[in-house]
Amino acid sequence: MGPISSTITRLYGPRGWLALGAFAFVLFVIFPLLSLVVPAGNPLHISAYGVTLIGKIMCYAMVAVAMDLIWGYTGILSLGHGLFFALGGYSFGMYLMRQIGRDGQYQSDMPDFMVFLDWKEFPWQWWNSDQFWWALMLVVLVPGLLAFVFGYFAFRSRVKGVYFSIITQALTYAAMLLFFRNNTGFGGNNGFTDFKRILGVSITTDGARIVLFVITGAALIGTLLLGRYIVTSRLGRVLTAIRDAEARVMFCGYNTVQYKLFIWTLSAVLCGIAGALYVPQVGIINPSEMSPANSIEIAIWVAVGGRGTLVGPIIGAGLVNGAKSVFTQLLPEYWLYVLGLLFILTTLFLPQGVVGLLARLKGRSA
Amino acid sequence: MSGTVTHAMSGVGSAEATLGRQSTGELDATHGVVLYLENITVSFDGFKALDDLSLSIDVGELRCVIGPNGAGKTTMMDVITGKTRPDDGTAFFGQTIDLTRLTEAEIAQAGIGRKFQKPTIFENHTVFDNLELAMKADRQVRKALTAKLSTSERARIADTLELIRLQDGVGRVAGLLSHGEKQWLEIGMLLVQEPKLLLLDEPVAGMSDEETERTAELFLSLAGRHSLVVVEHDMAFIAKIARKVTVLHEGSVLAEGPMEQVRNDPRVIEVYLGR
Repeated sequence: MGPISSTITRLYGPRGWLALGAFAFVLFVIFPLLSLVVPAGNPLHISAYGVTLIGKIMCYAMVAVAMDLIWGYTGILSLGHGLFFALGGYSFGMYLMRQIGRDGQYQSDMPDFMVFLDWKEFPWQWWNSDQFWWALMLVVLVPGLLAFVFGYFAFRSRVKGVYFSIITQALTYAAMLLFFRNNTGFGGNNGFTDFKRILGVSITTDGARIVLFVITGAALIGTLLLGRYIVTSRLGRVLTAIRDAEARVMFCGYNTVQYKLFIWTLSAVLCGIAGALYVPQVGIINPSEMSPANSIEIAIWVAVGGRGTLVGPIIGAGLVNGAKSVFTQLLPEYWLYVLGLLFILTTLFLPQGVVGLLARLKGRSA
Repeated sequence: MSGTVTHAMSGVGSAEATLGRQSTGELDATHGVVLYLENITVSFDGFKALDDLSLSIDVGELRCVIGPNGAGKTTMMDVITGKTRPDDGTAFFGQTIDLTRLTEAEIAQAGIGRKFQKPTIFENHTVFDNLELAMKADRQVRKALTAKLSTSERARIADTLELIRLQDGVGRVAGLLSHGEKQWLEIGMLLVQEPKLLLLDEPVAGMSDEETERTAELFLSLAGRHSLVVVEHDMAFIAKIARKVTVLHEGSVLAEGPMEQVRNDPRVIEVYLGR
């Protein structure tokens, strides 16, 4: 077997690849057809709302997979992953704001909120923000660098367990307060919205929506395969070993700081990319994305779907957010109770999440 | 071994780690001594766990360390493996490697392997994976991502499996092994790590008489090629393998010498054997 084919068989068995192929077929062929070709009156037609909703959930699913790498496999519970997601979103949002050009309310070259604040020139954070390539770089570098520096100090100081979780929670909270301020230069509590174009192409057309949708789907599948590549490698086995017996890993000669730092930074970068895909589809980014509750919700998706399974968190993100969009329309005031109850029930009765439950049912019937 | 690539990859370059790396080199045991502990003192909240402890281990030696609970045996291993920093004193691996400046991982890479008192293995990994992870190899993150077992590495794991008699349990999840099997797996993990010095903390605790017997044989066969320090309470086991015995008491060496001599030492009888 060549190296490529052995890698392919290592990632998934025939049935796994088949399922993934079917998933890709639905995303890349069925969805665009039902949205673009099937006319609006037809019951099979998928509305712009539906495309955006699924696109948004796929962004969340990417975050969930990233979270699973650090929490499910390495045993480090981050309660600040919403921050990395938001930073990716803001990084790309700056470019989207520049793309509005003079079509804003004040018909200025500067974003509306800057005109409103009576700023005469762009603050330093906005340097080069009209360049698409620069935006793409920021999407990776900003969450990546922050995670690297934070992780370096936290892991070197051997901050672990609940202490680490609390610090990450504080980090995202502090960032939220920072971004709420107008002086920070990112639109204060309104954040960025009213986007018009990417690369000069309007983003409000059905075609543009589907293109973003397909790119997001590809990014999600790419994230899943990358995650699978990592967890089936020796690196992945070292990560789970760190989760289970870190002292033994150190006494085997592994510098666990490097391993934790690698997966932590990668996880943050994946969140940043998800955030960048989220913003043009949802059409808004504001500091509430950094609220502590958002980051906790990410952990709930992963727990509900099944920690340490990669595909489970995707299912968890889909289930919880699907339920959320139903509940917030029907009984908006009860959603948080439902979410809390779901988390408690999962922790008590489904430690392996939905995927664990399915595996148990399958084992029983076999 | 660890070049600039390690630094670039990890970005971990604290002053402490950098100093540590400089003194990590090949083991220089030209004077026939693999480990020097000199005047080591460790105190926890005023309690002296180690009090001016001095000890040296020769190349290829099998040394038994005994002593009552709280004598400082485990703390001594913590100092050697970098888990605890001494308040005072020096710890050298060979002539050149200063153990007090290295991290746990660097000490392990330099060639010191440790078996814990409570068997510590990767419970959710298979027996095979446990050995694979412990096997001597490049420990960089990037290398771990693309690592593949070579034929000789597979053979090495197979040999070790045979030695620790777990060849039938190779695919079993390690958490399901019996206590004695876990002890053996941990010993196997130490061996594939190819350490020059092995520290074994109560290696036969929880083993059957037959397993204990085999462990004694194994250790005797390892001596010479490796240096071993064995901490044990089981005096029958000690008597079987001991050449030179060190008795620790209240954090320092009470007596040292051949088993017979130590056994008849009145001070040793008073603090330890007599009870």
